[in-house]
Amino acid sequence: MVESIIERITRGHFWDFHGGIHPPEQKFLTASKPIKQLTLPKQLIIPLQQHIGREGDLLVSIGDHVLKGQALTLGTNPMMVPIHAPTSGTISAIKLSVIAHPSGLSQLCIFLDVDGEDTWRKRDICPDLGLLSNSEIIEKISDAGIAGMGGAGFPTHIKVSSKPDINFLIINGAECEPYITADDLLMMEHSDAVVDGIKILDKLLKPAFILVAIEDNKPKAIKAIQQATANIEKIKVCVVPTKYPAGGEKQLIQILTGQEVASGRLPIHSGIVMQNVATCFAINEAVRHDTPLIRRVVTVTGQALDKPQNVWALLGTPINFLLEQCHVHAIENQKQPVIMGGPMMGFSVSSELVPIVKTSNCILVPSKVEMPSAFEKESKEVECIRCGQCSDVCPSQLLPQELQWSAKAKDYSQLEKLNLRDCIDCGACAYVCPSQIPLVHYYRIAKAEIREQQQLDLKAEKAKVRFEARKLRLEKEKIARQEKHKKAAAARKAAMNKATPEATGAKSAVAAALARVKAKKASQGLAQNRDNTPTSPADLSTDIADDQKSQVSAAIARAKAKKKLKAEAANKAPSSSESVSETLKSKPEKEQEAATQQPSVGDKKAKIAAAIAKAKAKKLAKSTEITESDKATVNCISEKAVVEKAVNTDDKKARVAAAIAKAKAKNKALAKANAKAVDEQSIETNESSADGNSNSTKTDGNSSQPSQVAQENTVANKTDNISSNPSLAGSKSNAAMDKKSKIAAAIAKAKAKKKLKEASSIEKTDQDSV
Amino acid sequence: MNILLAILVLGSIAAIFGALLGFASVRFKVDADPIVDQLDALLPQTQCGQCGYPGCKPYAQAVADGEAINKCAPGGEDTIKKIAALMGVEVQPLDNSHAQGETPKSNRPKVAFVIEEDCIGCTKCIQACPVDAIIGAAKQMHTIIIDECTGCDLCVAPCPVDCIEMRELPDTIHNWQWDLTSIPVKQLD
Repeated sequence: MVESIIERITRGHFWDFHGGIHPPEQKFLTASKPIKQLTLPKQLIIPLQQHIGREGDLLVSIGDHVLKGQALTLGTNPMMVPIHAPTSGTISAIKLSVIAHPSGLSQLCIFLDVDGEDTWRKRDICPDLGLLSNSEIIEKISDAGIAGMGGAGFPTHIKVSSKPDINFLIINGAECEPYITADDLLMMEHSDAVVDGIKILDKLLKPAFILVAIEDNKPKAIKAIQQATANIEKIKVCVVPTKYPAGGEKQLIQILTGQEVASGRLPIHSGIVMQNVATCFAINEAVRHDTPLIRRVVTVTGQALDKPQNVWALLGTPINFLLEQCHVHAIENQKQPVIMGGPMMGFSVSSELVPIVKTSNCILVPSKVEMPSAFEKESKEVECIRCGQCSDVCPSQLLPQELQWSAKAKDYSQLEKLNLRDCIDCGACAYVCPSQIPLVHYYRIAKAEIREQQQLDLKAEKAKVRFEARKLRLEKEKIARQEKHKKAAAARKAAMNKATPEATGAKSAVAAALARVKAKKASQGLAQNRDNTPTSPADLSTDIADDQKSQVSAAIARAKAKKKLKAEAANKAPSSSESVSETLKSKPEKEQEAATQQPSVGDKKAKIAAAIAKAKAKKLAKSTEITESDKATVNCISEKAVVEKAVNTDDKKARVAAAIAKAKAKNKALAKANAKAVDEQSIETNESSADGNSNSTKTDGNSSQPSQVAQENTVANKTDNISSNPSLAGSKSNAAMDKKSKIAAAIAKAKAKKKLKEASSIEKTDQDSV
Repeated sequence: MNILLAILVLGSIAAIFGALLGFASVRFKVDADPIVDQLDALLPQTQCGQCGYPGCKPYAQAVADGEAINKCAPGGEDTIKKIAALMGVEVQPLDNSHAQGETPKSNRPKVAFVIEEDCIGCTKCIQACPVDAIIGAAKQMHTIIIDECTGCDLCVAPCPVDCIEMRELPDTIHNWQWDLTSIPVKQLD
């Protein structure tokens, strides 16, 4: 197949692509003049990014003196292409500046103040290509910062990295766009260098054939290249008929080989690589002369110029410098439109400081006669008349008018269906449109919006993934937390069961308390059962009583256990803790101490106990048989005494005593019958509190008093709500002591009640029922 | 006899098809509700919660269950139109009662920005961010990963020192859009 194509090419027969136009060429303006060497401009503005891809990393900073050809950025990734200093000078600024882009937006640029010396950095010129390996050549191309110079600016070193089975290497010298003669002149003047560049590409890619495509409107260039390639069998110079846009990649491939590159595919898929002639020249410069891409041929043309000409422009040269060199006419009262690129695909630049970059091949400065549309503020667009000329000329065989409708309606899915992405922005449709619809502009807008939408979709997808990941993570963390808590609980349990002294202490205390409670309950239950089997109400009452009692004692036991644990662990305040432990060991009643010494621990339980006790006291108060509880209250008093004894702070005790006394004073007023006894009791408690070691014998004498006090208090509360009870008074002075006293009172009451119950169960059942 | 035969034949056919349908319903069971995924795909995935649901997927689920379609503020009219088309309901104007703050003047995308000198490193914003787009640690300065930020606004309120603000993304040649106004278009009658 390749042979048949070559045969056809040698006979000068080519295929044709669909559509295309023949606009006035206007190449005569510059085609006959040699490429002019310019004087150095005063300042160069070098954008960091001059190609498709990403900008390299800066290597220089403000104030640095750089030599000609010195790298200014470093490409760390294949899509990063470095830039170089086009001449020697000092970097005066690195800042945002307007770049060669239709948007007129700014990008980071290096401002180079030219010193005029034009001093080269050290170059190592390669005398023989054979000495270099392919990878070395590719590295040189990459380091020279060469990007496709035809217009797209794709990094060349990626394109030339060797791939197997290249049938055709096509060198694009078609230069189909009107006005532009840069490649034409380059081929004329530097045909040998171009061919040397082609030879380097041949070495890298090893194609079956090399086709140099030149449009038939460049006879001098064709002649020059034919002469330069005369003795190279592999290279065929193809003179293709002039038609716009024959220089388009896919169109040129179709002209030369008859193959159509399918939508969404690249020429490399068909074994074809295409390079621009200017790129070939740059490759030769880079590989042989170690000269990076720092200058290019730019066609400065248009009838508004006195001397339109091709010039060797250093990259970064501001447009206004080029225009000055070519003597631009001043236009009165109007800004001279300047178009970068050709008349078909170029764009108006917003500032004359826009620099020349690697892809700029033409600066067009049209006169008003030449291109009136460039001077018009308003478009002359009228409604589409459905003439269909646009689809006749479309080289991609699209339906421009339908695309236009969909683009205006922002129907992007329809645009996708109409293959908008295959549009090459050639502008042929807009050129032929009798309604002067700027079709390409609509497509560009639509393309940008589709791209934006795709980016948004991508971002949304990414956000979704991240959101889901976060949800998952939070869920995991929650589970992990629960797991940890579970483990901690298990560890605590294990520690309790282990034989550490603390644990055993706590455990034994708890166990002992439980045992005591059980024993008490059992004995009581037995006694009750024996005594009160026939009367069910009595049973009920004793049950309740048992319940309450066990609750109280359990609370006490727990408090005690905690206290003991603390005392053992801390081992601080030896006097108090020792006395506590002593009392703990000696008597079961000392449980009380622990509870009272740690009021905060047994806080709630104590309150409950107090409440229960109060309720019972109420019941008791109702019963007239107070004297029967005498014996029981003796025990209670002794307990209370012990409690008070254990407390080290006399101060607190005194306060409690005072509170009790106060309460009693009130009670006295209410219950006159027990007035004397109350007085005695108050005195007695005061004394006992003052004396840290008050003994049971002293309190024995006043055995009945505390219970009576409690009873009286509750009575008082019932009869007179305004009257403050001792617990309230205690809370005012000291909350802790208040609780202690409450507990003590409660215990005493509970015990008294128990005794009472045992003594006269029938009476108690009466009370309970009440 | 004929009637019996007919009953037998029809009955056996019914049984066969019944078994076939039963098998198909088990074999080709669709686990998720596909409409929810479709709706979720239409939503902008900012996870901002302005609709009153904790993320885009829950709102998609709610819409599938009959919730109003006009609660997605970041999606705007376009999203409402798409959801309306998918659900086969009328297009409704955007319900702004759920949107936080006033409607933005421009529709340029915004991202959160931490004023770094004011940041006290409380990590509150990190906890609020639905897409983990804020990096930082306790008592360390936080910062936003611009590329990951959805501009949902959720980190602004929790900041105790008000050091987070929403800023418009700068115009670059990568996100620049051809401006229709730069190409004068005359509307014809």
